[in-house]
Amino acid sequence: MTVSGEDMQEIIRQLDEKRARAREGGGQARVERQHAKGKLTARERLLLLLDEDSFEEWDMFVEHRCHDFGMDQQRIPGDGVVTGHGTINGRLVFVFSQDFTVFGGALSDAHADKIAKVMDKALEVGAPVIGLNDSGGARIQEGVDSLSGYAKVFERNVDASGVIPQISMIMGPCAGGAVYSPAMTDFIFMVKDSSYMFVTGPEVVKTVTHEEVTAEQLGGAISHTSRSGVADLAFDNDVEALQLTRRFFDFLPSSNMQDPPVRPTPDDPNRQEPSLDTLVPASPNKPYDMKELIEKVVDEKDFFEIQPDYAKNIIIGLARMEGRTVGVVANQPMVLAGCLDIDSSRKAARFVRFCDCFNIPIMTFVDVPGFLPGTTQEYGGIIKHGAKLLYAFTEATVPKVTVITRKAYGGAYDVMSSKHLRGDVNYAWPSAEIAVMGPKGAAEIIFREDAKDPDKLEQRAEEYRTKFANPFVAASRGFLDDVIMPHGTRRRLCKALAMLRNKQQQTPWKKHSNIPL
Amino acid sequence: MFDKILIANRGEIACRVIRTCRRLGIATVAVYSDADVAALHVEMADEAVHVGPPQSAESYLVIDRIVQACKDTGAQAVHPGYGFLSENTDFAQALADAGIAFIGPPAEAIAKMGDKITSKGLANQAGVNTVPGHMGLIEDPEEAVRIAEEIGYPVMIKATAGGGGKGMRIARDAQGMRDGFRAARSEAKGSFGDDRVFIEKFIDQPRHIEIQVLADTHGNVIHLGERECSIQRRHQKVIEEAPSAFMDPETREKMGEQAKALARAVGYVTAGTVEFIMDRDKSFFFLEMNTRLQVEHPVTELVTGLDLVEQMIRVTAGEKLPIAQTDVGFNGWAIETRVYAEDPLRGFLPSIGRLQYYDEPAEAAGVRIDTGVVEGSEISMYYDPMIAKLCTHGSSRDQAIERMQHALDAYYIRGINHNMAFLADVMAKPRFQSGDLSTNFIDEEYPDGFHGAQPTETVRQRVVIVAAILQRAAAGREAQIVGQMSGHGAEVGDDWEVFLDDERVPVTVTHGGDGLWRVATPAGEDEVQTGWRHGSPLFHASISGRPVTVQVDRVGARWRLTHGGASVEARVLRPHAAQLAALMPKKAPPDYSKFLLSPMPGLLVKLLVEEGTPVKAGEELAVVEAMKMENVLRAERDGTVAKVHAEAGANLAVDQAILEFE
Repeated sequence: MTVSGEDMQEIIRQLDEKRARAREGGGQARVERQHAKGKLTARERLLLLLDEDSFEEWDMFVEHRCHDFGMDQQRIPGDGVVTGHGTINGRLVFVFSQDFTVFGGALSDAHADKIAKVMDKALEVGAPVIGLNDSGGARIQEGVDSLSGYAKVFERNVDASGVIPQISMIMGPCAGGAVYSPAMTDFIFMVKDSSYMFVTGPEVVKTVTHEEVTAEQLGGAISHTSRSGVADLAFDNDVEALQLTRRFFDFLPSSNMQDPPVRPTPDDPNRQEPSLDTLVPASPNKPYDMKELIEKVVDEKDFFEIQPDYAKNIIIGLARMEGRTVGVVANQPMVLAGCLDIDSSRKAARFVRFCDCFNIPIMTFVDVPGFLPGTTQEYGGIIKHGAKLLYAFTEATVPKVTVITRKAYGGAYDVMSSKHLRGDVNYAWPSAEIAVMGPKGAAEIIFREDAKDPDKLEQRAEEYRTKFANPFVAASRGFLDDVIMPHGTRRRLCKALAMLRNKQQQTPWKKHSNIPL
Repeated sequence: MFDKILIANRGEIACRVIRTCRRLGIATVAVYSDADVAALHVEMADEAVHVGPPQSAESYLVIDRIVQACKDTGAQAVHPGYGFLSENTDFAQALADAGIAFIGPPAEAIAKMGDKITSKGLANQAGVNTVPGHMGLIEDPEEAVRIAEEIGYPVMIKATAGGGGKGMRIARDAQGMRDGFRAARSEAKGSFGDDRVFIEKFIDQPRHIEIQVLADTHGNVIHLGERECSIQRRHQKVIEEAPSAFMDPETREKMGEQAKALARAVGYVTAGTVEFIMDRDKSFFFLEMNTRLQVEHPVTELVTGLDLVEQMIRVTAGEKLPIAQTDVGFNGWAIETRVYAEDPLRGFLPSIGRLQYYDEPAEAAGVRIDTGVVEGSEISMYYDPMIAKLCTHGSSRDQAIERMQHALDAYYIRGINHNMAFLADVMAKPRFQSGDLSTNFIDEEYPDGFHGAQPTETVRQRVVIVAAILQRAAAGREAQIVGQMSGHGAEVGDDWEVFLDDERVPVTVTHGGDGLWRVATPAGEDEVQTGWRHGSPLFHASISGRPVTVQVDRVGARWRLTHGGASVEARVLRPHAAQLAALMPKKAPPDYSKFLLSPMPGLLVKLLVEEGTPVKAGEELAVVEAMKMENVLRAERDGTVAKVHAEAGANLAVDQAILEFE
């Protein structure tokens, strides 16, 4: 049986109408309201995120299945989320973008199914998922069906974790149960002034704890990127957020079965940086900016820092060496002398594990005086949090190259991708001091009998300094592969990474490891 | 001739002296303090001697150590540079006693010219014009009028015990003189308890013009023309040039002869400078004589072709001057700008720290750079914050200015604040370009201080072109990433929109290969040839045949482009994205007028107010210590403290809020 020409025309007319209806979203008035809030619509956002004309939309005609509370009278094709796939600089990516203009972006069972569908396919074909969150929360009219919907997404987040990169962009409200899907993805990016995330909102907070707090203070982009560390980056507006997410995406491999992407660069791997020879100040107590070292070592000074405003005593981020993605972990002597504490350990540990999941080599720059002392730290569980970073560096099987620029004291030395934890190539600058602790503290313990004589103690400290305030003892044990001149750091690291490109390392079979969470 | 010379100085001048010594085949000895262990002058010299801790008073100024360093290294002569011991008679004497030559004038000449009164007296005797005035007691207004008429209006009435502008009056006629005399006297009485006043010639729009002299030990003295150093900030020269746009040959001849007469009168040897102030009617008056090489000597070298340091060395070694006055020729125009580590946006507060990024313009035709730093050098709190002297030379003043503008565009410094934007802004001022200078120039052109250079139309147009190319090039390279969907790879469009602040400029960029771009904007079409490579901080290009350099910093999704002293942030988007970007709300920057911000990174030592404290303008609010210097922060206007954001003991970042007012 064939469809008559007239019938076909009618079907096409209906199709066009349905498409137009879906594209309208919640209608002109709601779109204008969205714009007035400084937010773009779900489709506008995808237009910016993806290559032009690359978006293939799925499930445009999906509608919710709820009949209660008059919902059967309100159906909008697409049901509050736009899903599909497209490309970023030609590379495949799956996306979902919640449409706040349709039912406030609230998550229904059908809405969740649409998300689940793209996630399933992303996992099958090995491509990242970027979720654009802008939702009032659960579709309350649907009751438990909505909760079931959330759980469908959670389950897929967990399955996809470590297999394909997942990025969550928070571009509007994200509250209650909705926060846990982003929480389980690899990165959370937020937009300043127009996005917030919290488990319970300001009203509930006020009722329960009598705290008066605004949504922005409680869960805005600044709060989460500087205080809680929940979010990784805060952007000025939707456009910048999406533009920079494209840049970020270019660092990531499509899946754990792929190597990170390579991009041509004119930067010379043998580039010398004479100014690095004077980076470490003569005085051991004077700070210097570790970011200068990172910028001068990586390709084109292009360092994409992650969590720049949280736990600033450690720096993490992505960069390229000879066009290939590397993860950078570095102590920052400018903040808290670069020590490790709870926040910095957690921040770096999660990043190291991310790199290891996705075959991204790790470059570590070390200037660490130890762990931060104090009751806040001990009661807060620094033992277990510090262990996370130790664990993460140890279990990582990706290429690991390390440069000690100055201090590498005590347990923190071991932690920072040392040779002992299967560091592949470990270098030190001539200014490196690898010891159990600083000379003064060491002298006070070893020469307790001299404790009351400051002159003698100073002399003892000097003895300790002479012995350990250099890289030679560690080098003589083979804990360092070489002592390198700062100006040649880029050249030596490029070579080390090139040498390690085909590194294979087996670990014993296990169901999964038991990191001290 | 000497075999080995010690340079008792640091920084650019030490490097500059070493360079001449090298050319003459003379070995060099540098001296250095703890702060200068890794300094360029130490690296450049054949030998280096440590002379003490960072403080100059304990290192570069310790005569015994410098003399000992000469003895230890066998240096036969010392070049003192400028500053430090260059005008110290004890030093000159100590060297003479040790049998070491001092490359400079005899100690006696230094002593005579070092004293204001003696030097003025000597100048008078030598027939040098000095500022007319009457130092004696003046009894009544009519006597004051008589004296003023002798001197010639306008005149300045000054309190003998005065200072800080109090008891000072300017009179332009007899009536003004009578009023001013009475007012000055009563003000002087009230302020200093002493009503004595004196009268001096007042110079309205004074220009600072100085004559370079060169003298040998055989009685030959020549002058090398003038330098104009009118662009000054708090009596600190910022921009100098040779010749002066105000000078004519007769006046030059007169000034030159007077300068030579003074040099002869004090038995001067080597290079020296006689400073004058010049009135609008080209009358000029002696200020002082500097018995050393001046900071701004390169402009004279550029126009005369002489190496002053070489001449100083040769003369000290007993050689005769190679040329007579009639052989001195002046070729073209030279301008010097002093690049300082300071923040022109914050009242030129010194800025110290590491030169994280430092790239000088190339020493091409007509560009000379005297510097003592390299990338990674530390600008320390212990010494003068001058980073370098940038000089350009051209056949005309206009050409020298144009070359200076181009050189400033290519001078890339990051990590500390510097005055490049200010220098570029002065260069672009029509008044500067017309040569209408006076020592009031900066005060008059920047009455409320400097607030950054505004981009001109040309600068904006260039920024649009460069931003468009940068973005198009970046997009083109992004599209070369591996792992693209086969058959569905990235494509790069040619149409873009550049956002500069609120302005949207549509641009079409096409790549002609090999660094050639064609950029069409509403203002026209340009062909741009550039060797720019991804990551390079300098975009050197020829834009429709004109050489242009723009500094490039990538800040998030924006390009911060610096050109002509102005820094402009540009965003470049595809047209569909530009449409959407236009919908984004403009976020007003936080209003900091209600805040007391830390002007520098440092330690909050003291907080003198608390929440609710009413404050008056000028009242001390907090003390911030930065690099061992205590800086008092004061209230800018009356108000009440609403909130304290930082407690004493806190480490402050620059611009961090300390207090908030109601």
